[in-house]
Amino acid sequence: MDYSQFLMMPQEIGLLLVFLLVFLYDTFMPSSTQKGLPLFATVVFGIFMILGFMPVSDGFAFGEMFESNKATWAMKNILNIGVFIVLLQSIKWANSDFVSVRRGEFYELILLTLFGMYLMISGRHFLIFVIGLETASLPLATLAAFEKRYYESHEAAAKYVLTAVFSSAIMLLGLSFVYGLTGTLYFSEIASSIVGDNSLLLIVALAFVISGVGYKLSLVPFHLWTADVYQGAPTMVTSYLSVISKGSAAFAFFVIMVQVFGAAYSHIWEWMLYAIIVITITVGNLFAIRQRNLKRFLAFSSISQAGYIMLGVIAANAVGMASMMYYILVYIFSNLAAFGVIAVIERQTGKVTTDDYNGLFKTNPWLAFVMMLAMFSLGGIPPFAGFFSKFFIFVGACSTGNVAVYALVLIALINTIISLYYYLLVVKAMFIRQDECVIPTLKSHWTEKAGLIICTMGIVLIGLISCFYTSLSDITAALNIFPG
Amino acid sequence: MEIFSNILIYFVIIPVLTLGGLALTKNKGIDAIRAVAVTGASALVLLALYLVAMFLHARAAGDMSDMILTTSVTWYEPLNIKLALGVDGVSVVMILLSAFIVFAGVFASWKMDPLPKQFFLWFFLLSTGVFGFFISVDLFTMFMFYEVALIPMYLLIGVWGSGNKNYSAMKLTLMLMGGSAFLMLGIIGIYFHSTATPGEYTMNLLEIAKNNAIPHNWQMFLFPMTFVGFGVLGAMFPFHTWSPDGHASAPTAVSMLHAGVLMKLGGYGCFRIAIYLMPFAAQQMGWIFLTLTGISIVYGAFSACVQTDLKYINAYSSVSHCGMVLFAILMFNNTAMTGAVLQMLSHGLMTALFFALIGMIYGRTHTRDIREMGGLMHIMPYLGVGYVIAGFASLGLPGLSGFVAEMTIFFGSFEHTDMFHRVLTIAATTSIVITAVYILRVVGKLLYGQVQNEHHKTLTDADWSERLSTATLIIAVAIIGCFPNFFIGIIHDSFVPVVEALKAYAPSVM
Repeated sequence: MDYSQFLMMPQEIGLLLVFLLVFLYDTFMPSSTQKGLPLFATVVFGIFMILGFMPVSDGFAFGEMFESNKATWAMKNILNIGVFIVLLQSIKWANSDFVSVRRGEFYELILLTLFGMYLMISGRHFLIFVIGLETASLPLATLAAFEKRYYESHEAAAKYVLTAVFSSAIMLLGLSFVYGLTGTLYFSEIASSIVGDNSLLLIVALAFVISGVGYKLSLVPFHLWTADVYQGAPTMVTSYLSVISKGSAAFAFFVIMVQVFGAAYSHIWEWMLYAIIVITITVGNLFAIRQRNLKRFLAFSSISQAGYIMLGVIAANAVGMASMMYYILVYIFSNLAAFGVIAVIERQTGKVTTDDYNGLFKTNPWLAFVMMLAMFSLGGIPPFAGFFSKFFIFVGACSTGNVAVYALVLIALINTIISLYYYLLVVKAMFIRQDECVIPTLKSHWTEKAGLIICTMGIVLIGLISCFYTSLSDITAALNIFPG
Repeated sequence: MEIFSNILIYFVIIPVLTLGGLALTKNKGIDAIRAVAVTGASALVLLALYLVAMFLHARAAGDMSDMILTTSVTWYEPLNIKLALGVDGVSVVMILLSAFIVFAGVFASWKMDPLPKQFFLWFFLLSTGVFGFFISVDLFTMFMFYEVALIPMYLLIGVWGSGNKNYSAMKLTLMLMGGSAFLMLGIIGIYFHSTATPGEYTMNLLEIAKNNAIPHNWQMFLFPMTFVGFGVLGAMFPFHTWSPDGHASAPTAVSMLHAGVLMKLGGYGCFRIAIYLMPFAAQQMGWIFLTLTGISIVYGAFSACVQTDLKYINAYSSVSHCGMVLFAILMFNNTAMTGAVLQMLSHGLMTALFFALIGMIYGRTHTRDIREMGGLMHIMPYLGVGYVIAGFASLGLPGLSGFVAEMTIFFGSFEHTDMFHRVLTIAATTSIVITAVYILRVVGKLLYGQVQNEHHKTLTDADWSERLSTATLIIAVAIIGCFPNFFIGIIHDSFVPVVEALKAYAPSVM
């Protein structure tokens, strides 16, 4: 065996090293120093994140099962930034009374799922992909059950694990069809052997694969777990689920659709995805309007955001891919800012409904300000980053020149108005409404502040400074995976 | 940095600096807040006057290019999005108008309470959007600034408004954002058809107009998208319903800025993007929108006749007057379009004056219902006279701005000799009479006659900040009325390229 192949995966190895360090700290350090574990894990991960920006060499490893290129590198770095913010914001929570006995597990499981997501992103063989998907899903169920004194947390875990297992079973069935028809599970080989083959079985397999990844992305109609899991899971886990897990799945989905089914079946999956996007965005938005619990509210908001992310997949070209990655980057900052504020308030007061936020601006102007920026960014209001990402993803979708896609974009645009309505409801609660029992002035821990400051800077700057989108665009323009 | 040598960019930088300065103040230090706001607003007025001088100088020196002071800096290189600046006569007068109204607005909100700091922050963010919109010639930046100007309205109305403010703020924001959703699709569509050679798409207005490459069937789709998108902000029937509620609930300075400047963004955008870039579709579909704006004019005027709330009267009057702007733009000839810009100026100043006066009267009497007021002319003569002047400008008294604008529009409209345009023009002219009805009704009821409420006899007249705010606007209204040629000289040439482009597609049977 040629061990130099491992050099193709520096980020995976680095992540495993971080995991090992955290694991060793957790296992062997005396209990008096255990309180430092969250900070230790965050710092080590931060160093790893910075090192991760070192350029990697392009190429394949393990008989072309694993690919490393600029796009996977960029996507992993985007996820790293998000994970770093999540870890930073969870330090105070991980040291709280009920969680502290298991705080090591929280960090270890997060790092393990991230490893699974790396495999999803880089896998060019369905075996690697499925291993990655499972590694990224099952530990998340444990994380969802982390607050074990709450009934909702158990329910969330059960719902998540059952949906995950069911979806992956369906996907595996689809993959077995693919294997039966083509005799291979390599992305590139499947693509070349299904050219011109319009078998019904393969269309069924395609639908099964879409549903398998669709549950990770919580696309409608595979979204039913989302709201309950988001509500029941600890807020830190929810924020991780909503951005990191979703971002990695979206990227992997793009690669599978374009690279495996793109050449021969684009006319079929594009229509499937078309329908899914329309109902995802619409259902997500309409259900979000009625939510009073902010975590449920963000769950439905994230369902509709996933629909927007899928517009990049519909485009299936370099512009679409760059816009999708950029969208995920912006979405990470915006959503983590919102969850960061929710976490600060929930940790100290236990309040999570919109009505609890009435008059928040009077007592906690900065928290209200960050929340407002997050809501504006999610709603696509300039000059915040969300506006740019929305615009670019629409440009990406329209770059196909297909008239039907223009209609799709129009539907998506009309939905942004609906989404703006419910995002403004939160702003209204914080700035306009008044309440007698308003949340008192809170003091947030410095790590939480740091996380929120990073998110705020991201929301404000990522759009106005063009180098983020430009470099992503350069990376995807150099790829040669796009059909046609 | 190349861009900083262009004075246009300072129309964005000054409000942003003002925002920065305001961020450093404290809510309790009202004097510091006022000082920063006044400094920012005065700098904008001076810069706008300087820009007018520069523009006139350039034109006098023989620079007859479509846009002057053009600069283009690459922003998003992969999509060829640039920060492209440039102004022609129309944008110059719009910038001047905006600067004056921002200035007057700062003084009209002198005693803003509560949270003056936050109020001015949002107020200047809105101004940033307005100025940015007028100086840009790149579709993306124009659209971005357009939306920057819209969203502060939500909080300005929601927090500092009165009456049914939650409902109005949400309705206004969602309707305007709905318009901008159509607009966004229109802009993306224009972008992907901006050039005949694929891969070299551009967002630059001037290049798109020069290429003139948008296929006709796409124009028929994109023209209504962009026209309706901006038409919502221009209060075009049937998309005007946000306007009365929004204006009625907004605080004074916001009503001023909104009716005075923001609604002009709609007319300007219809002209600059929809008609300039898609002349074919404009000729083909113009009649639909002409009918709608004709309805706006008459319907708005009639609605104003039956309202009893001062702000509602003025809001419906705005619907009527802004309808006139779009109506004139859709006449596609130089005279009417010149009239449209004069009407924007005139309406902007006059409505701002109205809303300022209404705010001041409301601040004293605590009612806006004309049935509960009367005989105020004796009690507050300064405000009373101001109101009468604003009313006369509105109903088109010669010597004030309204007369000039409306005369030019109707002359231009009458240049069309066919039945359709004639009928619509005659219908639109009736609005002058209807305007006189509702203006004189209000003036008679509000200012003359018996004092309705004994308590009103103790009220005071305007103080210095209010006098300054209104006097600025009254003088501006009179200057436009007395020296219209100065403004016509600035704007007149700007329509030549548009009208030329439109003529090429004029239907043969007229």
